Amino acid sequence: MSEAFSQGLPVATRERPATRLVLTLFTVVLLVLFLLLPLAVVFTEALSHGLGNIWDSLTDPEAITSIELTLLVAAISVPLNSVCGVAAAWCIGRFQFPGRSLLITLIELPFSVSPVISGLVWVLLFGANGWFGPMLDRAGLRIIFAVPGLVLATVLVTFPFVARTLIPLMQEQGASEEEAAITLGAGFWQMFWRVTLPNIRWGLLYGVLLCNARAMGEFGAVAVVSGHIRGQTMTMPLQVEALFNDYDWVGAFTIAGLLSLLALVTLAVKAALEYRIGERSGALL
Amino acid sequence: MSVELRGLRKNYGRAAALDDVSLTIRDGEFLALLGPSGSGKTTLLRTLAGLEFADSGEVIINGQPMHGVPARERGIGFVFQHYALFRHMTVARNVAFGLEVLPRGRRPAASAIRSRVQDLLDLMEIGNLGGRYPEQISGGQRQRVALARALAIEPRVLLLDEPFGALDAKVRKSLRVWLRQLHDRMGLTSIFVTHDQAEAMEMADRIAVLRGGRIVQVDAPETLYAEPVDSFVHEFMGESEKLQCSVIDGLAVIEGLPDAAFATDCPKGPAIALIRPHEVEVLPGPGPVRVESVHGNGPIRRLRLMLAGQMLEVLKPEDAWLPVAGETCNVDLARARIYPVERAAR
Amino acid sequence: MTRRSALPGFGPALTITLVWVSLIVLLPLTSLAVRPWELGLMGVWHSITEPRVLAALRLSFGAAALAAVVNVPFGLLVAWVMVRYRFPGRRLADSLIDMPLALPTAVAGIALTALFAPKGWIGAWLLPLGIKVAYTPVGIMVALVFVGLPFVVRTLEPVLMDLPLEAEEAAATLGATRAQTLRKVVIPALAPALLAGFAAALARGVGEYGSVIFIAGNMPMLSEIAPLLIVIRLEQLDYAGAAALGLVMLLVSFSILLLLNLLQKRMGVKIR
Repeated sequence: MSEAFSQGLPVATRERPATRLVLTLFTVVLLVLFLLLPLAVVFTEALSHGLGNIWDSLTDPEAITSIELTLLVAAISVPLNSVCGVAAAWCIGRFQFPGRSLLITLIELPFSVSPVISGLVWVLLFGANGWFGPMLDRAGLRIIFAVPGLVLATVLVTFPFVARTLIPLMQEQGASEEEAAITLGAGFWQMFWRVTLPNIRWGLLYGVLLCNARAMGEFGAVAVVSGHIRGQTMTMPLQVEALFNDYDWVGAFTIAGLLSLLALVTLAVKAALEYRIGERSGALL
Repeated sequence: MSVELRGLRKNYGRAAALDDVSLTIRDGEFLALLGPSGSGKTTLLRTLAGLEFADSGEVIINGQPMHGVPARERGIGFVFQHYALFRHMTVARNVAFGLEVLPRGRRPAASAIRSRVQDLLDLMEIGNLGGRYPEQISGGQRQRVALARALAIEPRVLLLDEPFGALDAKVRKSLRVWLRQLHDRMGLTSIFVTHDQAEAMEMADRIAVLRGGRIVQVDAPETLYAEPVDSFVHEFMGESEKLQCSVIDGLAVIEGLPDAAFATDCPKGPAIALIRPHEVEVLPGPGPVRVESVHGNGPIRRLRLMLAGQMLEVLKPEDAWLPVAGETCNVDLARARIYPVERAAR
Repeated sequence: MTRRSALPGFGPALTITLVWVSLIVLLPLTSLAVRPWELGLMGVWHSITEPRVLAALRLSFGAAALAAVVNVPFGLLVAWVMVRYRFPGRRLADSLIDMPLALPTAVAGIALTALFAPKGWIGAWLLPLGIKVAYTPVGIMVALVFVGLPFVVRTLEPVLMDLPLEAEEAAATLGATRAQTLRKVVIPALAPALLAGFAAALARGVGEYGSVIFIAGNMPMLSEIAPLLIVIRLEQLDYAGAAALGLVMLLVSFSILLLLNLLQKRMGVKIR
């Protein structure tokens, strides 16, 4: 669609060249100021005391733990949500059944809930005063203020990404290739590995990418369940907060810089994938 | 391989997609399912293949009831409307698919699969396209790949959903003949869906006309054209002219033509007469018919006649006697088929 | 269970989905709906009508609404330029729009704070003008405009792409100036999408936490947002109070979204 405009619009539907130039310049300057300055300030602050300080901040045991923890939480929650997202997309994108639209609403629900609430609900269930809190206590299990809580909060927040990317993609592609596969004698897994997965692979990767970015960068939800135990339950965004509040700006902005790099890589891969999928969509919402 | 449908019914919500459909397709037959869009022909085809399920009724293939038999075990070759080629596989891999997914015990060796695929591609006259991807070949070539893929599993029955719908007129014509020859050569039993009566007439042994989920008529093309059971089939099978008439004592008399009377079993009262435009004889006047215009300059002329307030279009070869516009003349109806007045269409 | 398709795998896939949705979404949200009532009806009422709570709710919803209002024209301009104009670097600029969504909120929060602090790159310029952004409600607005922008732009872009140019050409042939065409033809056609973008930005802004708390200053009654108050109540082990506040936030934002959705449908065009 966007190609339709590339040769220039018909004259009647164009603003005057001067107007266009002003609007374009204004928009670009605004975007750069508003969207790039925060990024620039992160890297500048991180580098403000030289590279040596960055190295010290990165090799700090607490920082290393926070990086490991972030990777661990993402490594658990992203695959879980990916598998379930594919399952959800399979039944919603390929079948009609009662309650289908309700299911879609439920899957998208976490997007319209405050991250703090997404953390709060797990405390209500598993916290010291939670429904299952005493039970877990007796069993010697810890969920809140421990890794399982971080995973649960992250899973809830990143729940919709994969399904939400795949459902419209699968609906658009239609079921006929899969139907062809089964008329040719393929069983479910043969159809899935040979036909479904190759067709959705870029979309799946897109969903996983967004899911991962959010999983590693989530703050509000994990802040509520983490308990802020230094060197134990601090993911990178939480570590950023703690260092910032300690006035260790170099430390805070160094870790923030790592997270910003993650964001930049995510945006780059996302743009590349959008090019591959051949569609533009605001699926990051 | 014979196919039998018994009392198939299927509803989408309140609308009936299939309404008591019964039909027998003989071994080796080439049958067309013809109907306007929404008449249930694609649903019927998909039900046969096990891609959809009827609410009641039976599908019997070669004497075996298909109830509970999933699509993958029916051994039916299905050619999809837009071919549904696997876009990430080469043409050869597409054709090989049905063989590669066979259970280990029944799966031919890789080399055997390769030569089978090549044979099929040669048969389809696209032997050199094995390494291409679907998006790199033309619509007609895709159609052939889809056929080769469906035939690779040696299906008992071949089903084709609007096989030429996405092709341009020229390719469509040549593929029609070719497909019919292929069917005869391979001894297939084929059923294909189309909304194009010319296509159905040209290719099929018999045509089943569907309307609103019902089979209205099943007959050989000539019979269908010459003796449509109702006005819908008459109009669907070709250009039709409609004249009002009234029935008295089993005889239909066309308004304005007291001499033209046709025996009918329609009940007494108003009825309609349907005529093919070439079935009307035009004779020099003066007479009750006024010539409005004469069009066309090819071998066939189109005459617009006014008969007692009713418009009648007639086709005449250029070497026949032709009136000029403004003249009056006589007509002689060689044939007319009388149908009761249609209730409001569903 | 009616299944229209003959494709396999429906049962297992639906089972996985239902179990997952129940465990991850339904069960937790049930606890949110049930826990507050431990306080009793009056207890819940008192808990959510404390002046500090009311001030926080007013701030969260008010700032989010204001930020969304700012983002509508801003987002329209950006979407218009991205869809209708061609200029070098457009693709790059277009992918930059997602920056606020890709950047972890805590990073955005400290970066904006550093920018707008009295000694920051922007704060230092604003200080002589007597404008204080960091540690005031204005700071909250800035953060919410930042995170809300992509929602408006990404909602508008596809609609703008599909907008038939014929309507604008027709207006031009009928003698309308470009400005008249925009005002009378384009903007009305975009209205439902503008409303949808507003709703999305609002919904995000109401619940936003990470990018706000650093720049907000968090003074009770003045610059303390509702999500922060939930965290504070949890730290005091007041689970029911926290749940009550969370429930109120959810209900109010769902009602607003529902209302906006109805309004959008009444405009005749359904977005998505």
